[in-house]
Amino acid sequence: MSKASKEPLLHITKRKTMAWQKAWLIRLASIAAALIVAAIVTTTATGLDPASVFAKILEGAFGSERKIWILGKETAVLLCIAVAMAPAFRMKFWNLGGEGQVLIGAWMTAACMIYLGDKVPAPLLILISLVGAVVIGAVWAGIPAFFKAKWNTNETLFTLMMNYVAIQLVAYYIIIWESPKGSGKVGIINQATNAGWLPSIGSYQYLLNILIVACITVLMYIYLQYSKHGYEISVVGESQSTARYVGIKVDRVIIRTLLVSGGICGLCGFLMVAGTDHTITTTLAGGRGFLGVLVAWLAQFNALAMVLVSLLLCILSRGAGEISTAFGLNQSFGDILTGIILFFIIGSEFFINYRINFRGSDKAVKAAKSAGKEGGLH
Amino acid sequence: MKKLVVLVLSLAMVFTCVGILSACGGSESSDEGSGDASTMKVGFICLHDENSTYDLNFINGAKEACEALGISEENYMIKTNIPEGQECYDAAAELADAGCGIIFADSFGHEDYMIQAAKDFPEVQFCHATGTKAHTEGLDNYHNAFASIYEGRYLAGVAAGMKLNEMIENGDIAEDEAKIGYVGAFTYAEVISGYTSFFLGARSICESATMEVTFTGSWYDETAEKEGANKLIDDGCVLISQHADSMGAPTACEKAGVPNVSYNGSTVDACPNTFIVSSRIDWAPYYKYAIQAAMNGEAIDTDWTGNLETGSVVLTEVNEKAAAEGTQEKIDEVKAQLEAGEIQVFDASAITVKNKPFESYKADVDTDPDYTPDTEAVVDGYFHESEFRSAPYFDVQIDGIKLLDTSF
Repeated sequence: MSKASKEPLLHITKRKTMAWQKAWLIRLASIAAALIVAAIVTTTATGLDPASVFAKILEGAFGSERKIWILGKETAVLLCIAVAMAPAFRMKFWNLGGEGQVLIGAWMTAACMIYLGDKVPAPLLILISLVGAVVIGAVWAGIPAFFKAKWNTNETLFTLMMNYVAIQLVAYYIIIWESPKGSGKVGIINQATNAGWLPSIGSYQYLLNILIVACITVLMYIYLQYSKHGYEISVVGESQSTARYVGIKVDRVIIRTLLVSGGICGLCGFLMVAGTDHTITTTLAGGRGFLGVLVAWLAQFNALAMVLVSLLLCILSRGAGEISTAFGLNQSFGDILTGIILFFIIGSEFFINYRINFRGSDKAVKAAKSAGKEGGLH
Repeated sequence: MKKLVVLVLSLAMVFTCVGILSACGGSESSDEGSGDASTMKVGFICLHDENSTYDLNFINGAKEACEALGISEENYMIKTNIPEGQECYDAAAELADAGCGIIFADSFGHEDYMIQAAKDFPEVQFCHATGTKAHTEGLDNYHNAFASIYEGRYLAGVAAGMKLNEMIENGDIAEDEAKIGYVGAFTYAEVISGYTSFFLGARSICESATMEVTFTGSWYDETAEKEGANKLIDDGCVLISQHADSMGAPTACEKAGVPNVSYNGSTVDACPNTFIVSSRIDWAPYYKYAIQAAMNGEAIDTDWTGNLETGSVVLTEVNEKAAAEGTQEKIDEVKAQLEAGEIQVFDASAITVKNKPFESYKADVDTDPDYTPDTEAVVDGYFHESEFRSAPYFDVQIDGIKLLDTSF
């Protein structure tokens, strides 16, 4: 009888589904572990008391009524992009063009505000910019989708390239719209007339944006979980062949889904320009087109879970700004802490989906024994 | 099961700790100052952090001013990496909430958001460096500031002229080869004013000097600035200066062995063989003045322009290794003349435009989208820069300077 090769120190097996309570416990444990590691890094690198640093992070996010509103505004933007990314990624369509789709929507809104600001009444102007932004965002995502559906081009590269087209287009128009000449800055558009600005609800400047994004999030949740479209998206994502076999028109689903995805990104651009910033810069999206992808994945395309994830990321980023001000630390230090926390959260998903078996642990021994017994029968 | 219990307990512990600490943090922030002299808090908003030479210059000035005025560290706050969007308004409003009596912002694109904040917080003073709108907004609590950096550029140009003359005397170049290269950011008045004053300074020493200018379309783009400098060197420029914030141009010069007149501060450490001198704005005098005024409840100038006398315009030490002999003495001599008003940087008799004498020019002082020229700036034989507002508005293209590209 030939001796079996030596058993490795550990091997990894896929878990069957885990009880949700246990899964959440693991997630919370990972955050706790992340905080401990972050605390050690803080003390060794800066000599500061980690508890006061954590307290400042929370203070930066929730320290005053205004800070809470700002957190809400920031979360709304990130959540909106994540919600837009979710259907595409659930379909395994790698839409890395969120940045460009947001920017082109913002560009369209700014163009409407600048060129039509004194020509059409305010409500109509808002409607025109809204429709314009959604349509151009949809087109921006629809072009790579069309090529993917018809000729199976690589959507990763295509959507990525579309970002640069959008950025250059915006850069070009900033030179046209800039004031004063040569400054490379558009400044606040229609600051005197407020034409094309979204109204604020009472004195709450950011509330309308937050409410709109909340509605979209709920709608997306229903769309993905309960609608026929949502089901088709899941099937296409699992296997295009299966989808074809059961009679789903894959081309149409791809294009339709990306129109939705891009349209919501365009809307996000509209909300940022008409709702909060009232200006256009090439860095308006500021990397959130990519961060939104991370949010969507971490939330496993559950639109409601995305609320939590985007909130967490925004708390961390607002906190990072606060500690750089309070302790005179470079903002990069806040980013390091964010990185540690993200690392643990993403890592926890591994432990939820897989089990690590050590050599000699009871389960492994049992498994080996039963294997031995089976072997003995021959 | 045991493992689960341990996990739950340790989790509970960590979160309680964080909870308690954050509660403490909350109570700390409640003792907010009211804005009178003894508890005056000051806020600063910066576009980037100290990794940018531009922002570093502001941050150093802020710290120096606060130290000089005895404002303790917990009473001034510096917010870095604030983009030129709604974030700037948010940052200003947060600083006002935290009890700041005066708030400064450092980047041109912050202006509109600072104005918005000034309208919403009438009891707080808002000061914006490099902005152009204070004199037309008519707000009591919104102010612009700049410095007569064109005088610093002119003096730096004098050093460049000395170097060109030395090269001609040594026979390195012919007289008509004294071509300067200049890497600019945008075709913005501040940049035009900067390179023109630099050129006029150089030409006051080396009569045959000419200049070529290229633009990068960004205030900070190391690659583009390096490429720009290399392009100018290939084009036959024998001396380079720049108005952009990265080390791109100075390092390109060091590599090519071409003398460089720098900006924002000394680059002698990275470029020991080619760095001649650098001009920069020192913001500490303005910060001291404005904070002091706010403390005393006095009005702050709507437009404040620092100069050589206030210590706002400074030159670094001359690098003897690269500069021509007697550069420092010459700079001191011309500086004294400038301070005494004996010479003017934008002396109309030294300027021709399209081969015609420069006798009259309507400058666009009041910002409007159509760039309407509104103010006659050539009076008493010279162009009055930074007098009608603090930010530069000299945007004339004078003879002797060739723009290679103007797309930005």
